[in-house]
Amino acid sequence: MSLPFLLEIGTEEIPDWMIPNALENLHLLFEKLAIPHESVTLDATPRRLVLRVDGLPERQADSEERVLGPAKSAPPQAVAGFARKQGIKPEDLAVESTPKGEYYTFTKKIEGRRTADILAEALPGIILGIYFPKTMYWTGKNGPRFIRPIRWIVALLGEEIVPFELAGVPSGNLTAGHRSLGAREVVVTHANYVERLRDHYVILSAEERRIRIQKELADRFADLIVKPDPALLETLVYLTEYPTPIAGSFDPQFLELPEEVLVTVMRHHQKYFSVEDVEGKLAPQFVAVMNIPADPEGFVRSGNERVLRARFNDARFFWETDQKKSLVDRKQDLAHVTFQAKLGSYLEKTDRTVALTAELGGDANAQRAAELLKCDLTTELVKEFTELQGVVGGLYARAQGEPEPVWQAIYDQYKPAGLEDSIPRNRTGQIVSLADKLDTLRGCFAIGMVPTGSRDPFALRRAAQGVVKILVEGKLDFPLLTAIQSRDREGANVATPAPAPLISFFEDRIKFYFRDYRGFAYDEVNAAMAAGWSNLPDLEARLIRIQNLRSSPDFEPLAASFKRIRNILEQTGSADTSAPVDPSLLEPGPETDLYAEYQSIAGVPLENAISKLRPKVDLFFDKVLVNAPDPRVRQNRLTLLNTLLREFSSIADFSEIVTTS
Amino acid sequence: MPTFQQIIFNLKQYWADRGCIIQEPYDVEVGAGTMCPETFLRVLGPKPYRVAYVQPSRRPADGRYGDNPNRLYKHSQLQVILKPAPADVIDQYLGSLAAIGIDLNRHDIKLEEDNWEAPTLGAWGIGWQVMLDGLEISQFTYFQQCGGIDLDLVPAELTYGLERITAFLQVKDSVYDIDWSNDFKYRDVRYADELQYSVFNFEMADIPTLWKLFDLHEGEASRLLKLYNPKAADKLRFPLLPAYDQVLKCSNLFNTLDARGAISVTERVGVIQRVRKLAVGVAQAWVDQQKPDQQAPDQQAPNQPEPKQPQEATQ
Repeated sequence: MSLPFLLEIGTEEIPDWMIPNALENLHLLFEKLAIPHESVTLDATPRRLVLRVDGLPERQADSEERVLGPAKSAPPQAVAGFARKQGIKPEDLAVESTPKGEYYTFTKKIEGRRTADILAEALPGIILGIYFPKTMYWTGKNGPRFIRPIRWIVALLGEEIVPFELAGVPSGNLTAGHRSLGAREVVVTHANYVERLRDHYVILSAEERRIRIQKELADRFADLIVKPDPALLETLVYLTEYPTPIAGSFDPQFLELPEEVLVTVMRHHQKYFSVEDVEGKLAPQFVAVMNIPADPEGFVRSGNERVLRARFNDARFFWETDQKKSLVDRKQDLAHVTFQAKLGSYLEKTDRTVALTAELGGDANAQRAAELLKCDLTTELVKEFTELQGVVGGLYARAQGEPEPVWQAIYDQYKPAGLEDSIPRNRTGQIVSLADKLDTLRGCFAIGMVPTGSRDPFALRRAAQGVVKILVEGKLDFPLLTAIQSRDREGANVATPAPAPLISFFEDRIKFYFRDYRGFAYDEVNAAMAAGWSNLPDLEARLIRIQNLRSSPDFEPLAASFKRIRNILEQTGSADTSAPVDPSLLEPGPETDLYAEYQSIAGVPLENAISKLRPKVDLFFDKVLVNAPDPRVRQNRLTLLNTLLREFSSIADFSEIVTTS
Repeated sequence: MPTFQQIIFNLKQYWADRGCIIQEPYDVEVGAGTMCPETFLRVLGPKPYRVAYVQPSRRPADGRYGDNPNRLYKHSQLQVILKPAPADVIDQYLGSLAAIGIDLNRHDIKLEEDNWEAPTLGAWGIGWQVMLDGLEISQFTYFQQCGGIDLDLVPAELTYGLERITAFLQVKDSVYDIDWSNDFKYRDVRYADELQYSVFNFEMADIPTLWKLFDLHEGEASRLLKLYNPKAADKLRFPLLPAYDQVLKCSNLFNTLDARGAISVTERVGVIQRVRKLAVGVAQAWVDQQKPDQQAPDQQAPNQPEPKQPQEATQ
């Protein structure tokens, strides 16, 4: 007989962003039990993690175990003793011959364990084994740890409760409804679980909650253009058990404030969707999602409207206060804002960034932007909305009449926020953003603040990733290895090479960018980088060439030959192969042909030469013995091979290409 | 429509009915109800305790000269400590909202992740901000550490923002317009405080004097802590409570100096450390002093793991 299994871990509100991972983890831990089963369904609300499994066996299959007794020659008392221990009569024992002689044996039947018993034993460990980024204890010091207190547990296998206890909570068949609208204790069975929850205002399925929000929006607020925000939608889906959207409005006078500020207040502080007019401009409305089915009296709407009004009033107060002191007048205040204890204040950082901006070829606008770059750190608005750093500076610069390239550069300085984000929109912004990030990276590496594992407090990975993305996508061919050379405290280039950890840190980011984001094969990236990577637009161009070349049937065989050449050259390590090839030492036939081919294609792009070159290389290796007895001939052959390798090594080190042949 | 004071009466009665001692505000200036000995010291050790009190909480940097409708230099917190936290603690909390007239079937309540940390106290906990129709009305925290010590019993701390809740219930856009009693507005009672303390904290407080006071209080606290002897037969006489008052004085002076713009970001971390060291010292001595078994000398491990890096001083 096969049985359904239901596990509901009832908790206090779990942070929304942790829920999907926790469910996956729960699933994984359950599968480790290796109990045969059919489908698995995972669901969650903020207050419950639910695992439902179909088709579990009632018990594990029976098995047998052979128990070896005394030798056949043993005294009868020993035989009787063995039989008694096994619970049978001596005459029921079998005799088997083993390599050591004949022995009494007994075949013990082991009854398969009941699935309920296995589950009862394993579930406490499974539940407490679910990974969460930050856990707590609640029953007292040394008590179990979980993301939030566990308050009830439903564990049903078929009709039966799987009995166990965790953190003082016994498992049972009682769930709990919605916090304010449902009952505290609701008896459930497999058949009625989902419906009973729904009766008590809990929509179990995240997908259903998502659809409900979207459908209600479409049905009831069809006239509103709600700005799509999938991440916010996901948050709200896992922040509610019975989500219902409502629309509210605010005084259009607030639209005088920058849209960025209004949207940040709505999205980050209040978790509201913003609404646009037909032209795509912000409309004085918003959509909130509440955790109850309806708001007939409009209490929830008017409450949210009042909160938003207060928040906007605050923002306006800061916006107006900040305008009383221009950005440039705030620069000296940066002396009191520490960037990092050993790296000095933001004023010092500003000076270094200005110097580096000039070195990177930034014009007067870029240097002006670099000078004002961090001044918004002293504004009230940024203190209140830290996530708007840079953006606020840009907005103030615009309001204070700075030229467009300058304010946009300040505005965009933290771009790209991730691989999917765009780079600063203009050249000025790209250079200033590079200078700022490079200064942070160089400074931190110089004092040994190197990211390890999950520890990266200055977000250096993101900074380096941003540098790579800006250089490639901005087509900036400033050599990266020069840009990361060490500087003195004022930012002057002291022309000592970048520290090795910073170089390898960048290598990793470049590989990540081209492989994981741009989709180049890892061996292509290795091959191209082995031929140099300091000029990133050039690296990108070579990668595209390699990718195109790869489709040629001659490519991989040729790559294999290059690998062979490199191996040969490595084995003969000491030989000097930098001299020109001596044609008089070439053997007529494949060797001379290969040399002639090389001469004819010198300077020709590999794309055009590959189909003719490959047969010559193949034939050479087929017919010619590199390790010739005459040392002069051998030396000349090695030189020929090295010359060939070098001809194409400015594109890539082809021996890095992984070939199937 | 309940008045400000009626809401306070109702909440106090509600929690008194659930076994809480109703305390009066602590008489040393603090930035939050958590800092009062009734929370900071009582959550330590193995003895259960339940207490509720209103604590006027001073945050010099939040002063706005009485101009801003929502920000106050001194706001009123209702602080509830349930040690250990009962299993139905959230239901009890929601019950308290019903007791002041909030119909939970008609309002939207959400518990949103918000872990609390006070670097100056070596204290942190796990919890939520409670949102009512989009308004943060309470902070709910399961304390995990206090004074750098793992807590034996996990207390729940409920902190109600009384002005906000009242403004919500009375449908007022400005806290100054709320009815404190039937005859007086909040403005009548508190406006002068807001204006004068803003002037003092932002403009007139004498920075060298504040530093001198800070040093004096720090010196006194640290002198006392050095004298505490865990093996002394009469250690119950030892004035740890007065030593803690000195720490509170330091904390408030730090906040005032901060508002006055006298502490650079670099110095800030250092000053927080100085206050934290005193707070941790008092907490450890207190745990020792309160131990029922006087034979067991100090066993409290002083080196508890640090929580995540401090973000800012929540006074």
